[in-house]
Amino acid sequence: MAPEENGTRRSFTSGAGLERAARAADATAAPPDAKMAAHDLHAWFGTNEALKGITLSIPEKRVTAIIGPSGCGKSTFVRCLNRMHEVVPGARVRGRVTLDGQDIYASGVNPVRVRRRVGMVFQKPNPFPAMSIQENVLAGLRLSGEHAPDPAGTAEKALRQAALWDEVKDILKRSGSSLSGGQQQRLCIARALALEPEVLLMDEPCSALDPIATARIEELIHELRERYTIAIVTHNMQQAARVADFTAFFYQGELVEVDRTDVLFTHPSNRKTEDYITGRFG
Amino acid sequence: MSLRTSPIHDLAMRRAELAPERAFQAVGILAIVLPLLLLLWLFGGALVDAWPRLGWDFLTGFPSRKAEIAGILPALAGSAWLMALTALIAIPLGLGAALYLEEYARPSRLTALIELNIGTLAGVPSILYGLLGLEIFVRVVGMGRSVLAGACTLALLLLPMVIITSREALRTVPQSLREASFALGADRWQTLRRIVLPMCLPGVLTGVILSLARAIGETAPLITIGALTYVAFLPDSVHSAFTALPIQIFNWTSRPQAAFHVNAAAGIVVLIALMLLLNGAAIWLRARLQRRVYW
Repeated sequence: MAPEENGTRRSFTSGAGLERAARAADATAAPPDAKMAAHDLHAWFGTNEALKGITLSIPEKRVTAIIGPSGCGKSTFVRCLNRMHEVVPGARVRGRVTLDGQDIYASGVNPVRVRRRVGMVFQKPNPFPAMSIQENVLAGLRLSGEHAPDPAGTAEKALRQAALWDEVKDILKRSGSSLSGGQQQRLCIARALALEPEVLLMDEPCSALDPIATARIEELIHELRERYTIAIVTHNMQQAARVADFTAFFYQGELVEVDRTDVLFTHPSNRKTEDYITGRFG
Repeated sequence: MSLRTSPIHDLAMRRAELAPERAFQAVGILAIVLPLLLLLWLFGGALVDAWPRLGWDFLTGFPSRKAEIAGILPALAGSAWLMALTALIAIPLGLGAALYLEEYARPSRLTALIELNIGTLAGVPSILYGLLGLEIFVRVVGMGRSVLAGACTLALLLLPMVIITSREALRTVPQSLREASFALGADRWQTLRRIVLPMCLPGVLTGVILSLARAIGETAPLITIGALTYVAFLPDSVHSAFTALPIQIFNWTSRPQAAFHVNAAAGIVVLIALMLLLNGAAIWLRARLQRRVYW
């Protein structure tokens, strides 16, 4: 006798076939709640429309990968999730993005507060060159003039979470830019984590790193998913397959398909997705 | 096979190929050495002429009708007052304008116009600033022929240069660091104050000091606004009448007596020494501040 849950699943994925329904049943019981969600999100650089109406949920405490060819709008999308898109001159956004149901583009919302809850890691590691390793980790607090009650403890906690503590615990006073590229990127992750954000956006965090450093960051993402909601942009499909629970495929500013990662990579429902993941373009 | 008797033949260096390279090198070296020699000759000449008058008495003496006892203390003090006040006025205004244009202003026709104007103003002859200062500061604002009016005029003269060098310094701070700061929840002002300004400070200071070194030699605008040529007292407030080094030198060179020309030469040596000192300070400051910024 099939368990009840399996039965409900089957109806949930109506018409998708037995095989797919069975796989869905292996996953966590209920579909996770959306931590963030974009509704008909448009974004422009000047007159160039980079996002053409994206509606996509970022499930809580899961890793969502966003893949697609260069210029498809994947970086723009995550930058819209913490209101970093508008930092670029001439950039505009229209639509809704919710964080725990609250629209972060509503009038009266302070983008600075949004960014405190939605942290970001950039493509190129960008530690502050004039600060030591420890100062870098605490930069988020210091920048906004907050007084950290226990700076050393806060820094250690964040560095441990970023799996960097053992490598830097004896050189905390040294410059952040004295570290290797991979270490710098983990330092940037620690810097973001020190603010205890709820969501972590990663914009191609490994594209400037070698394979070993990349593997370390991926391991780290596996650990972080327990506590954080993560959205990661990557042009590396293997990476998406390795780290993400869900994967969204963007093409020319539109969301083509989003699904559980294993489903998207094995049984894409859209022809364009299939062409992209099989390397026919991109 | 007969063509390849000498294996190096194909690759060998030919004199004719090297000629243009050598010629250009020679021109380049000449272009550096000639002006340097000329400067050295001028400075050496002034130094030789000035030697008998250079001394403590000259630096601490007041002007006099007798060349042998005339000194430059009021001019030195006037120049010091001018430089300090000019820096106080030009740095906040210039840096503020640079910050606005570089960090806050969205590109528009108005900012493009402002930028064009700043570039043009940097090339306007200094005597025009003198006339402007005479009309605005001395007459309309009513500062009179004071050291404050002089400093305001010099500050106007320096502003374009300070703005341009400050903007260049601001541009050397990578955009990625500003983004990193924004993403950590810092607002624009916090980002500027704690990330951007500390990093571009050496560049800004160097620009300011080099501009000041230029201002210390300015004569025309100060004469225009009516700096005195004979001052037997030291400025005691910003409202004091004043003289400055270049004016004192100008005054002495226009006297018929040869003894005053020696004084003028001595004044020139002091002025050049001050400029070198300012330039040295700029280099030292930059080196010192940059060491703190680890790249």
